[in-house]
Formats: sequence, C-alpha cells, structure tokens
Amino acid sequence: MAQVTTASDSARTSADGRARPSSQLPDSTLVRWLRDMLLIREFENRCAQAYQQARIGGFCHLYIGQEAAAVGTVNSLQPDDPIVHAYRDHGHALARGMDPGVCMAEMYGRITGCAKGKGGSMHMFDKPHWFFGGHGIVGAQTPLGAGLAFAARYEWEVLGKALPNPGVEPGAPAKKKVALSFLGDGALNQGALHEAMNLAGLWGLPVIFVVENNGYSMGTAIERGTTMAHDLTKKADAYGIRSAVIDGFDVLDLYDGFKPLVDWCREHQKPGFVDLKTYRYLGHSMSDPQKYRTKEEVERYKAKDSIDRLASLLLDAQGPRARSGKPVLSEAEFLDMQNELKAVVKDAIDFAEASPVPDADTELYSDVLANPVPNMSPTRDYTIGARNPLA
Amino acid sequence: MTTFAPPLPDLAAPLPPRTGDRIIQFREALREAMSEEMRRDPRLFLMGEEVAQYNGAYKISQGMLDEFGPKRIIDAPISENGFAGLAVGAAMYGLKPIIEFMSWSFSLVAADQILNNIPKMLYMSGGQWGCSAVFRGNDGAGGQLGSTHSWCVEGLFSNVPGVKIAIPSCPYDAKGLLKTAIREPDPVFFLESERMLGDNAHVPAEEYYIPFGRAHLAREGGDCTLVSFGRPVNFCLEAADELAREGIEVDVLDMRTIRPLDIDSILRSIQKTGRIVVVDQSWPFASVASEVVTQVCERGFDYLDHQPLRVNSDDVPAPYAKNLEAEFLPHKGKIINAVRKSLGR
Repeated sequence: MAQVTTASDSARTSADGRARPSSQLPDSTLVRWLRDMLLIREFENRCAQAYQQARIGGFCHLYIGQEAAAVGTVNSLQPDDPIVHAYRDHGHALARGMDPGVCMAEMYGRITGCAKGKGGSMHMFDKPHWFFGGHGIVGAQTPLGAGLAFAARYEWEVLGKALPNPGVEPGAPAKKKVALSFLGDGALNQGALHEAMNLAGLWGLPVIFVVENNGYSMGTAIERGTTMAHDLTKKADAYGIRSAVIDGFDVLDLYDGFKPLVDWCREHQKPGFVDLKTYRYLGHSMSDPQKYRTKEEVERYKAKDSIDRLASLLLDAQGPRARSGKPVLSEAEFLDMQNELKAVVKDAIDFAEASPVPDADTELYSDVLANPVPNMSPTRDYTIGARNPLA
Repeated sequence: MTTFAPPLPDLAAPLPPRTGDRIIQFREALREAMSEEMRRDPRLFLMGEEVAQYNGAYKISQGMLDEFGPKRIIDAPISENGFAGLAVGAAMYGLKPIIEFMSWSFSLVAADQILNNIPKMLYMSGGQWGCSAVFRGNDGAGGQLGSTHSWCVEGLFSNVPGVKIAIPSCPYDAKGLLKTAIREPDPVFFLESERMLGDNAHVPAEEYYIPFGRAHLAREGGDCTLVSFGRPVNFCLEAADELAREGIEVDVLDMRTIRPLDIDSILRSIQKTGRIVVVDQSWPFASVASEVVTQVCERGFDYLDHQPLRVNSDDVPAPYAKNLEAEFLPHKGKIINAVRKSLGR
C-alpha cells in the first residue's frame, strides 16, 4: 500500500516513464513556492529575534527547516479544502495565505492578531482561508480533522448544497473535498489520533493525516517513543488507510508524492496517511537546549535544505527548468525576492508593534459565548467584543 | 446564521401549561425534541454509541434511524474522545451535532475535547469559530453502577467557562430545554438521568422552548428555600411533602440550567424565606452547591436568618451496595434534616 517517493529525479518522470505532477506546474508556481518558503523562514527568524527580545511570550515553536512540508502539501489542495493543524503552525498559516502582519500581531498579543491576541503562537486561525487552527494539545486536532472531513462529506451527500462558509455563493452545489489534519511524529502515540484514524477508516472520511516527521517528539527521538518507527505506514494499514512515505526535503518530490494521494482521497472520499520526512533546525521550542542531538546531525540535514534545493533548480541556467541557457530566476531577481520578503516581514513586525493590545474592559470577557446571556458567570456578564475581520 | 438554519425561537413566548393529559416518558420527550428539530434542520445529526441499530442503549433514539436514516443517526464505536472531537470539527465546518454519551461518566475519556476544545474554541480563535453542538447523556448514579459509572459531571464541568449546562428534572422541562439547547449557537452540555428516563408526565403537543437561565418554582412556601437541579429536585419535592406535614412550607426552585444560573430567582426567594438549603448530587468540595452558596453570600447575605446549608452526595466514591448508594445520594432524609436545622428545629 505504501508508495515511497525517492530522492530527486531531474527528469521529473516516474519509474513508469509518465510525467510527474510537478512537471505540469508552470515556472511561476515554483517561483511562488520559493517565495512562500522564504517568507516562512524570514518570518520565523524574526519571531526568534522578537522572542529573545521578549516581544513575544509563551511558547514559540518555530518551523525553520520544515518549510517545504507546509508549502508542498497546502498547495496540493483547493483553496476551500479545510486544514487543521497542531501548534507549530505559523508556516502553514502563511502558506495558506494568512497576512503576515495579522500572524505576527497574534504572536505579539495584539488586537489586530488573527485571534485578537487571545490565542497566541499555537492558535493561528484564518476562516477566510479555511484554516481551522493551530491547536495546542498534542494530537487533539486529529479528531477535528476527521470532523471537518465528516462535515465536508455530509455536505455533498446529505445536504447537496454548500454550507454558508467563506467564499461560498448562497445555494452553491456542494463538492467533494479533502481535509488535511497535520500532526507531528510526537502525536503518533496519542489515543486521539488512533480514534480519529479508526473513525476515518470506518466511515470513509476524506481526511489526510499528515505526519510531519521531524524525528523528534520534543527531545525524544522517534524510535525511543514510537513502535514501528521505521515503517509508520503499518499504523495506517491497521485502519485500512492508504498511506505514503514522502521526502519532505524537496518540495517537488513532495508534491509528486502528495498530490496524487490528495486526488485519490478526493475522488474516492477515503482517508490517507503520510509519513512526511522533514527536520527542524531549531529546538522544539525557544527554550530547548537541544542536548538530545548533535550539531553534526543538524548540519547534515541543513545540507539538504529545501529552500536551497528549489532555489538551485530555479537559478540553474543548465537545469531542467532552464530555457536556452536562461534560468527561471536570475541571481538579481532572487536577491530582489529576498529583500522584498525582508521588507514584508519587517512591515509585519512594524504592524504588530504599532497595534494596540486588546482592551481588557471589552476583550477579556468577549468571545466566550456567541450568545452571551446574563448570569453565566459570577464575576461579570460576557459580551460581544470587537469584530474580528476574519470572522 | 446559515441558509439551512431555522430562525431562532422566540424565547419570550409564553409557555404552555405544565399539566394536561398527554402523558409520555422522559425518554420520549427527549426523542420528540430531537426529532422535531431534525425535521426542521438538515444540518442536525445524532451520533453516539448504540443510537441507531440498537435504537438507543436507553431507547431514547428509538425509531430515529428508521425516520432519518444512517447518514444522520450514526452508531459510533466506543471512542468518546474521537467522536467528541469529530463533533467539534463538524460544528466548526457548519453542521449541528447532537452527541449522545451513553453516560457522562464515559465522557471523561474525552476530557480534552470537552474541557479544552468545546468551551474554548470561540475564545482561542478570537471569535472566528465556536462549537455549536449539544452533548447529552446520563449523569449521576444510575442504580448500583459503582464508582466509575455514577459521575455527576456538573461539579467538574461547570468550572469551565464557555459552555451552557442544562439539567432537567421532568419530561416537560426535558423537551423544552433540549429544543432550546439544539437552537443555541453555543455548546450545551445536557445532563439527563437514567433513573428518570421512565418518568411519566404531561408534555404539551405544541412546540415550546424553555429559555436558559430561568428557574422553575416547583413548589411554593415561605419557610425555607430549597434550590436544586436535575434528579434531586424530585428528592426535594418528596422532602417538601413530608415537611408540609410538620407544618413547614418550602420554596422548591428547580434551576433547570446551571450555567446560566438564575441567581435572581434564588435571591427573590430568600428575601421571603431567609433560609436556603442547596441540594446537589455532585460532591460537596468545589461543587455547584458551593457556587450557589457563595453567590448567595456575596449578593444576599443580609437576607439570611441562618447560614446557608448544602446537601450533596457524600464525599466518597459512589458505592455499589444498595443501602450504601441510597445513603450516599442527597436523599429526602438528608434534605429534611437540613431544612429543620436551618429553621432551628
């Protein structure tokens, strides 16, 4: 059942000689992906700085090193396919289209943040982009992914018409969707995932459980905490779920492995499971001294850096994407892109810095209830707070 | 609201009479509430263990599979954490789940969904997504079920902001409260009792919605205020009958919802009686009774002629032996003693 996608193949053809899905992608798409990956890295680097300057509080889990995983998977979906994620969520929110300023303002705990400063780093939500959150408890989001898929299937099977969600025309016909439920390898050992996978397998829920396998559950190497770590697809087999092992260091390999699974799950309305190999360069969170791995190991993975790989492909005047000795992207254009993204993230920080904090009088007791009735609380009545532009 | 959702009911409309001759069981009242709302709103589905082919572990959903089909009446495997979480995702997407826990005792394995995701989603997302869903099932001692199966979760779950909690004591309220619960945009925990599902009483044929946060004065008297909710309201009414034979007349206030808590009705009653006994089947430490007593002290201390008293289940795990379980519960005898004490008798 497992489909193993192996290392890069410059001709971008599969073993049977057919063109790989990524070969159909226009250059402009690849340039946009490179840009998205660079945006995430720049955003996360600046988050690390802001955290060290105590501008950002709480826990802060950075995504540096894993950028291709978010960009390759999210871009295999339709814009109105639902996504739910765990707590290392800034990269996915940005890949899905969240405004970097809104994302950074949430990190800063400002009213202009996606959750009005009430969620923080682990709770990025973006309704217009069908991004159903960032969730803090390991594995707790996986049944939600099953629920999103259940609802999407119910929508076309029972209702026939689309529910009134963002971007949906009233009365529009429902369509077949695929939900993505991301998790880290640490969540493999949570009961919630196994219950969610059983329900998904049992009822044919179109959800793909994407295990972003960075090898470590906080400081515990995967084989120290997980059985069958060398072949996670066995876990999917147990629930009758189609699975794939995918190289997450090359965004095109990733897409070639992932997109067909998305298409299959959509068409057949069945679940999927992906062991997506990736690696985080920084610690689990900002407070991780990283005693559990060697510098050499980190350097070994940095040599496979996904951004470098895509950039090399696009900058290569002799590569498979070049035309008449001209690369997709010139050095100057690449430099411009990097400078532009530095400015974008700088603007995001400036926006966050300039934004007001949530007003305690109006915001502490709002968004607790959609229908705030009297006598719900002994301390104060709940209220409706400032309108969230994303709601 | 959605294109599928019916308009919100008029909660200010006068309620139909509580007495009449349309006598049905508590479980039928629950079924009528769900079925009426499911006929109206195609987004509604019922999911839980044995709700479909088995026709309900307690026959609450009897016949619903036949009427609504397997896409809307769904047998779940024994995976409370999984299907409670599934309901959260489905509700966020725009469906309206009714999740039946065979017992709220079993909901404890779904505690993360119940205590983290369901109540906090609206807040964590800054108002983008809440969890409009009803979670219902049996609560409290079912009759010699032992320590793990006799949970009164109101003591635990009412501590968490972000959910509404309804707990009916009779078929009339069960139907009217459940219909309101289903129309609520917020998550509702709906607490039933296995020991009451066979209770028979009049339930009007016409549709009605009981507003949350409005207590029902189940019996009127001037000497002492009895405050309760759920099954123990019936213990209070038994106690009131017996006290009346001693010449003691009590107000029995059936709160019907714990959150919101109709503290105003309690304060009005103690202004008249000067005495209060709170009867609550959860454990005493940090219980709903503790909360009621605290609010009474904060807001109505000067009305009191005697310190507030509470009658809870005893502060031990629920026992199995029939006599021990009977003694464990906040039964009539304990309530009578507390009222007498409050009156200095």
